[in-house]
Amino acid sequence: MASYITKSPWIIHYDGSSCNGCDIEVLACLTPMYDVERFGIINTGNPKHADIFLVTGSVNEQNIPVVKQIYDQMPNPKVVVAIGICATSGGIFRECYNIVGGVDQVVPVDVFVPGCAARPEAIIDGVVKGLGVLAEKQAALAKGVRDAEVPGAYKYEEAAEETAEAAAEEIAEEAPEAAAEKAAEERKEEEAV
Amino acid sequence: MAKRTIIPFGPQHPVLPEPIHLDLVIEDERVVEAIPSIGYIHRGLEKLVEKNEWPEMVYVIERVCGICSFGHGWGYCKTIEGNMGIEVPPRAEYLRTIWHELGRIHSHLLWLGLLADAFGFESLFMHTWRLRETILDIFEETTGGRVIFSVCKVGGLRKDVADEKLAEIAETLNGLKKEFRELAGVFLEDVSVKSRLAGVGVLSYDEAAALGTVGPVARGSGLNNDVRLDGHGAYAELGFEPCLETDGDCYARCKVRVREVFQSIDLIGRAIAKMPEGEIAAAVKGNPAGEFVGRMEQPRGEAYYYSKGAGAKFLERIRVRTPTNANIPALVKTLQGCDLADVPILVLTIDPCISCTER
Repeated sequence: MASYITKSPWIIHYDGSSCNGCDIEVLACLTPMYDVERFGIINTGNPKHADIFLVTGSVNEQNIPVVKQIYDQMPNPKVVVAIGICATSGGIFRECYNIVGGVDQVVPVDVFVPGCAARPEAIIDGVVKGLGVLAEKQAALAKGVRDAEVPGAYKYEEAAEETAEAAAEEIAEEAPEAAAEKAAEERKEEEAV
Repeated sequence: MAKRTIIPFGPQHPVLPEPIHLDLVIEDERVVEAIPSIGYIHRGLEKLVEKNEWPEMVYVIERVCGICSFGHGWGYCKTIEGNMGIEVPPRAEYLRTIWHELGRIHSHLLWLGLLADAFGFESLFMHTWRLRETILDIFEETTGGRVIFSVCKVGGLRKDVADEKLAEIAETLNGLKKEFRELAGVFLEDVSVKSRLAGVGVLSYDEAAALGTVGPVARGSGLNNDVRLDGHGAYAELGFEPCLETDGDCYARCKVRVREVFQSIDLIGRAIAKMPEGEIAAAVKGNPAGEFVGRMEQPRGEAYYYSKGAGAKFLERIRVRTPTNANIPALVKTLQGCDLADVPILVLTIDPCISCTER
């Protein structure tokens, strides 16, 4: 049971805001020089077929929903590998106005592969490290752990609801004080008039 | 009248490694209108000019695109050298030309592979990418990097290449030429390849000129606007003639790129034979002041580099205008009236580099 997924995982690749350097190195891993396809590792375009999510480049406001959608659509167990220094921390573009930062700001990342551009050997090594994480997550799932409790398995819609609830509670807690302050200010203004 | 439907294409799509989004308005199976939207990769790197001193900025500009990175580095150096009136030593210009043409070969081979993948010819994709690794090996041996090189600097180069190494490169490229001839035969003569490309997405000469297309898209329609004709670098001394086709369809654009691979191999051969002796970098003193526009012929077409300095360590403005940006109107035009199944091929034949477009 544990063998098929860790022997020939299918990957899905998304280009966050990379300069293409890491993207073509990801593709180079699949082609004859490095040829990971011989192990049955296939680059799929369908998130529901994928086990490993490779992200190159950092995230920005426009592509955050895309990254989250792909992540949410992938079945459990799943592993996220951040390829290149931009996906890790923002790299040379860290100070750009349109860069939010590394991919870990948006989805939980299991393996970081730094480098500018990350070399194919490093990318393959990163994916192999990811396989270990995948096996752990699968073992946890086999024991009957619920989806949501698998490390890294995290539903964004639920999370968003939770944060919204927490925020609402905070507001509710603060509300009496804030209301009192506001009332005091209004009273001062009235007195001034 | 058939009902209109909108089909979204991208940003995550199997045929393109890069995110671009198109809203395809279709009637039955025919595309009536295509509305592109970009901005998934915008980083705003031109603004980094305020945080990096101008000699360091070359490393940022190189990362406009990881495919034509050498060309971008050269383009930036060219505009600063023009700004400061620096005379670049001939050996540096020759080596720059060689690396730039190597970049063109690797970019075109990459594109030919992606095209083969788009029309479902998987083994052809694999073989083109196998040949591409030869070029990456040359890059790695001479510059130390596979896709990002950081070898160009204002005034010249950071690294020289020994003459023995150059002779070796010429030999490797001759071997590559033989191997690529086999593949070129498949691209240019195979019936199934022809049936997918010939007559698809025709762009006439007038349309190509009116829409301001550049690079192989323009040359596929017979429009000759190759910047290498102005003779920068070593092109004037190497006797450069652009490759032109007149049909204006996907097949013509493919033919232009296949011919350019052979042409680049020949150009590199001639550059190695004529390689001058001497320094590889000129002394650079002071800071750039004033404005300058440099032009480069990237693998995808003409790119502009504008710099404005005020005699300080930090430039006031850098502007890069990249070829894919100029070719998107032509893409929108050719998509109108095409079959939905041809969309991936049409998108690919402009050789979109979204990372360049949005920077």
